[in-house]
Amino acid sequence: MTNLLVPAEDRRELRKLAADPTPDAHRPDKKTPLQRVGRVVGYIALIVAAAALLLPFFWMIMSSLKTANEVFSVPIQWVPEVFVWQNYVDIWQESGMLTWIRNTLLLAVVVTFLQVLTGSFAAYGFSRIRFPGRDVLFLTYIGTIAVPWQSYMIPQFILLTNVQVSNTLWAIILIQAFGAFGVFLMKQFYETIPEELSEAARLDGLSEYGIWRRIMLPLSVPALASLTLLTFVSTWNDYLGPLIYLRNPDLWTIQLGLKSFVSNLYDTDYALLFAGLVISVVPIAIIFLLGQKYFVEGIATSGMKG
Amino acid sequence: MTTAVTEKAGTTKAGRPQPSQRRRRSKLTLRNTLLGWSFILPNFLGFALLTLVPVVTLFYMSLTNWNIFGTANWVGLANFERLLGDNSFRISFVNTIYYAALHIPLTIIASLGLALLLNNKLRGVAFFRTAAFFPYITSIVAIAVVWNLLFSPEYGPINEILRAIGIANPPGWLTSSEWAMPAVVIVSTWRDMGYYMILFLAGLQTVPRELYEAARMDGASAWQRFVNVTLPCLRPTMFFVTVMLTINSFKIFDLILVMTEGGPGQSTLVISQFIYRKGFEENQFGYASAAAVALFFLCIIVTIIQFFWNKRRNA
Repeated sequence: MTNLLVPAEDRRELRKLAADPTPDAHRPDKKTPLQRVGRVVGYIALIVAAAALLLPFFWMIMSSLKTANEVFSVPIQWVPEVFVWQNYVDIWQESGMLTWIRNTLLLAVVVTFLQVLTGSFAAYGFSRIRFPGRDVLFLTYIGTIAVPWQSYMIPQFILLTNVQVSNTLWAIILIQAFGAFGVFLMKQFYETIPEELSEAARLDGLSEYGIWRRIMLPLSVPALASLTLLTFVSTWNDYLGPLIYLRNPDLWTIQLGLKSFVSNLYDTDYALLFAGLVISVVPIAIIFLLGQKYFVEGIATSGMKG
Repeated sequence: MTTAVTEKAGTTKAGRPQPSQRRRRSKLTLRNTLLGWSFILPNFLGFALLTLVPVVTLFYMSLTNWNIFGTANWVGLANFERLLGDNSFRISFVNTIYYAALHIPLTIIASLGLALLLNNKLRGVAFFRTAAFFPYITSIVAIAVVWNLLFSPEYGPINEILRAIGIANPPGWLTSSEWAMPAVVIVSTWRDMGYYMILFLAGLQTVPRELYEAARMDGASAWQRFVNVTLPCLRPTMFFVTVMLTINSFKIFDLILVMTEGGPGQSTLVISQFIYRKGFEENQFGYASAAAVALFFLCIIVTIIQFFWNKRRNA
């Protein structure tokens, strides 16, 4: 017993610690003045940081409800006198918002579906079946994470142009759906599922495909949720891929559309633009708030995003 | 029905396998290989065609004068020679390094600071974690438009606040070639810090509480505990964050493209944008590929150096 090596008083102290794992938070009476000052400083830092993080969003939302002139008023008007909800009606009428959202949604859904399906399928092969060359192959996958897309976007573009998919939504689906990221994230998660489960299923006569579908997929719902959310958000927000591939305005995504709005109406209606931006950010914000837990878990386990 | 038996089951405990067993094992290996590939193939086809093939083609293209018509003549290292003498490329290279040199330490300090703050038992931590993550899930276009106006020298809220606290001549930010890059760095740090904060928070959870207790009993101050307990325990996280931040800094592009388009002048021109300009705007695909090869090696070499350095420190 290691306990016997600890002197009696310390043992009592340790037992108290074990009973109350966070002594600082639960014993305010024992706090020194210095600690109390530290806490106040901590709160001030927290509030300042939160303000710095959120003020741009507040300003964006408020500006979307101003008249065009109010956006640039000096001194700044944080809250408009009259809320101009009309901006949100006008943006739909004066731009291709509906087309942009439809395209973006279509891309995000298809890309996410393919990435999750092929990623989790391949991850099973990498984590559960042993065959020569497997580890080298996986290293190749991982290695490409250090290779920026910007360095091979030109050959990729030429390749897709040669097979006639440039300037179609297929181009975006193809370049986004088969990334190494999904395979990596799912493999990380599969490694945490005990081998014995699949072993038992194997003895019961389940094929490997059956094990993937009936055992691994149901058990990896949290990881699937993480991957789904992360892929959806990054496809929704992608700017460079659509910029290079989608020349036809009917194919534009919301990011391209809003960007074109900036260059077209350079010194006209910024309030309208802000309404557009709010519309583009809101779906992602809602998805994030609903699935926050999975975002955080996905990032903490994989440590990265495509 | 496919029944895969793992290799462990195929090897006998008696060391050298008998010929019949060896045959059985090679059959097993073949079956597992086919099975494994059947799982990987759907993803691998896309991955190979859209990532591996372009990466290999890139090297070939960089040695040709590939143009818009797709006619490619072998030119050897001519593109790379031209690159060395190209003033624009030199500027973009220096700017990329400058961006990385500002962005990496700033983001590490900000995100680690936030993580340490959140790791305390303060009220409102959950709300704050959500807030900190918000910029990261917001699109680049929205971020760029909003910050461009916030940074506006005359009408922007930032300079108005600076004037209000007594700075008579606040910087011109995106209109000044001196301040454009720092402005971009401020925005990208603002955007990224919530994300890296999550990584640091995950790392902080792994620091054993006993170590803090022991250090406290030895009379270590908060700063000493941070330097001697927190930082050493965070080394794996710190390594990972640095590697990711470095790659992400070297490939910085979309934010700059939407915020400044490389301007004013060439003051925020970065390598990725140089590639984009030469390739998609000037159709000099061969020459752009040479610049892309440079970016490729910059990322790979720096990553490898970081890995070896980390290994030596661990040893």
